[in-house]
Amino acid sequence: MELLDFARGPALTIAFAIFAIGVAWRLSSLLFTPRPHRRAEAREGTPSDAKAFVRGVFSRFIPHKTYRDVVFANHLNAYVFHIGLFIVVFLYRPHILFIEGFTGLSWPALPNTLVYGVGLVTVVSLGVALARRMTNPVQKILTTFDDYFSWALTVLPVLTGLLVVNGIGARYETLLALHILSVCALLIWLPFGKLMHTFLFVLSRGVTSVRLSRRGATF
Amino acid sequence: MEIHTDHHAPPPLTPKTDPVPPYDKQGDMTDEERVDAAFKGFVKDFGQDVAIHMEACIHCGACAHACHFYQTTEDPQYTPIRKLEPFRKAYQREVGPFAPLMRMLGIDSRPSVEELQEWQHLIYDSCTLCGRCTTICPMGIDIADLVKSARHGMYDAGLVPDRLSKITRNAEAKGSQFGTPEEFIETANAIAAAFNVDIPINKEKADILLTTAPGELEGHHKAFADAGKILNKLGYNWTMSSEAFEATNFGYLSGNRELQKRLTTALIDKAVEIGAHTVLLPECGHAYGAARWEWNLWYEKDVPVKVLHMTEFLDQEVGAGRIKLKPVGNTATFHDPCQIVRRGGLTQAPRRLLKALGIDLIEMKDHGDFGYCCGGGGGALANVRAAPLRHKVFDLKRKQIEDTGAERFITSCGQCRITFERGCQETGWDHPPESLMELVADNMID
Repeated sequence: MELLDFARGPALTIAFAIFAIGVAWRLSSLLFTPRPHRRAEAREGTPSDAKAFVRGVFSRFIPHKTYRDVVFANHLNAYVFHIGLFIVVFLYRPHILFIEGFTGLSWPALPNTLVYGVGLVTVVSLGVALARRMTNPVQKILTTFDDYFSWALTVLPVLTGLLVVNGIGARYETLLALHILSVCALLIWLPFGKLMHTFLFVLSRGVTSVRLSRRGATF
Repeated sequence: MEIHTDHHAPPPLTPKTDPVPPYDKQGDMTDEERVDAAFKGFVKDFGQDVAIHMEACIHCGACAHACHFYQTTEDPQYTPIRKLEPFRKAYQREVGPFAPLMRMLGIDSRPSVEELQEWQHLIYDSCTLCGRCTTICPMGIDIADLVKSARHGMYDAGLVPDRLSKITRNAEAKGSQFGTPEEFIETANAIAAAFNVDIPINKEKADILLTTAPGELEGHHKAFADAGKILNKLGYNWTMSSEAFEATNFGYLSGNRELQKRLTTALIDKAVEIGAHTVLLPECGHAYGAARWEWNLWYEKDVPVKVLHMTEFLDQEVGAGRIKLKPVGNTATFHDPCQIVRRGGLTQAPRRLLKALGIDLIEMKDHGDFGYCCGGGGGALANVRAAPLRHKVFDLKRKQIEDTGAERFITSCGQCRITFERGCQETGWDHPPESLMELVADNMID
């Protein structure tokens, strides 16, 4: 079996299975963790828990104006690589065709050249995030192995993708296989480290919003 | 006893210890027993919200930019989420995604006793549970609540700042941090006589159970008397209880769950016993957190008692037209007590009261839900060791207050007042805060 066949076949299947089962396990284990206490009676006139939850998830996308100056650069960079990742994963024609092959679902793509540019910007943005993590005293003191490992597994698929489309470093099939394998590694790790925030931000924002909203406080 | 009839008489300064120890220990547990007790204490708190929040951190460090201790020192050790490191380790060992693997392989990642000792400074001295970090976290992690949970394990391990521990033991022995029921009656009667206010104590039936804070009994005597004056003027059937007068809850602050329960249930049970529909809390921030938002921890089902903070009560009474106020007419700035405003939801109530007093409010640069803590909340005021850090925060607040150029400086929490009064004593700054409730009491129209 060629490396590309392995990557496209069993590797990707196993990676998707681990990703799906891992995410389901992590989320369900959190959702089924019992709440140790009843909640205090909510203040009169406060929104329902469901409304507070949804509002909380969306309201924290933009930092409050009190903090905008201090977190602006970091948030802006985070937005750049998050949106960049979304574009290269979901709006690149070969990826859409690949997903269509599995699911039958399809949607319009962005021009390839534009996506290549976005990929490059994403890599640079991730580089900036890494540099900040390695130099900022606050981030340095918080950083663990998970941060570096997750960073590497996030940047690798984008880098290898750029190598594939530019044909740099090896023959196309080998580069494509490495690209797919790097995606497999990302999928396998995602449920177990900080990359799980892809899903956890919803729960995390939601529960705090509900807690504070019941008090009539601002989230 | 000496009764202070002026607005700003602070309780006596706590004695200072020198040299300052890096940490304190209580009891004679071995190191292994302490680690075990802390670990078990942490684990008890691993419910759903804690689990979600322990998993969600992306280590971005944004929380540092909201914390007054980091802002005033620029020391990264004060990054709020880092204060939870021992708690996080316990979580990873017990509940985290690799916990089963770690247990299977016999990997002991529990925090060491040295770490716990080191983190005492971060969990107690440099966190006022103000929750400002919660408002900046892009993941919405409620770090303040997690630190409060971490204190449970620290208390169980006998690793609490000594001063907090002593207050806690005093409250356990006497049922109150202030003193015994007899001492309360003696002091309450003395204050009532000095201010010529009728303070009913131990009535068998009443609609409102008024509570107080040690600060009011020890120094803010006018606040104690004014609460009675307001209730008398409104004509309510109210009482205080010598068995349930203490709203301050050092169980909540120190991490002593049993004491927290005992102090809260004393208030609620007494209210039920005398048929009171309301427990009225004094101008005290964390009393509101413990009694209003955590009383439910100790009861299987709801009880027919409402817990109201004094600010919220006055806002209701003014709103309903039962209290009419003379216009004061000055400019003022308002310090937002964290547990009442950011963590309690009463952001607008004090502002409505200031408006009703005809006061032109000039807000500080950071105010309302995003105001900085006074630096003395969460037990930091009682923790002598935390004084140097507290003073740095005082400087930050002082600048923001001075920048408003307001004539008056008002707040609605006795603990915040004492913190500012201590700051005034230390620095010679002559701008102590006034009590919002006292302003209302002084300006009620007959």
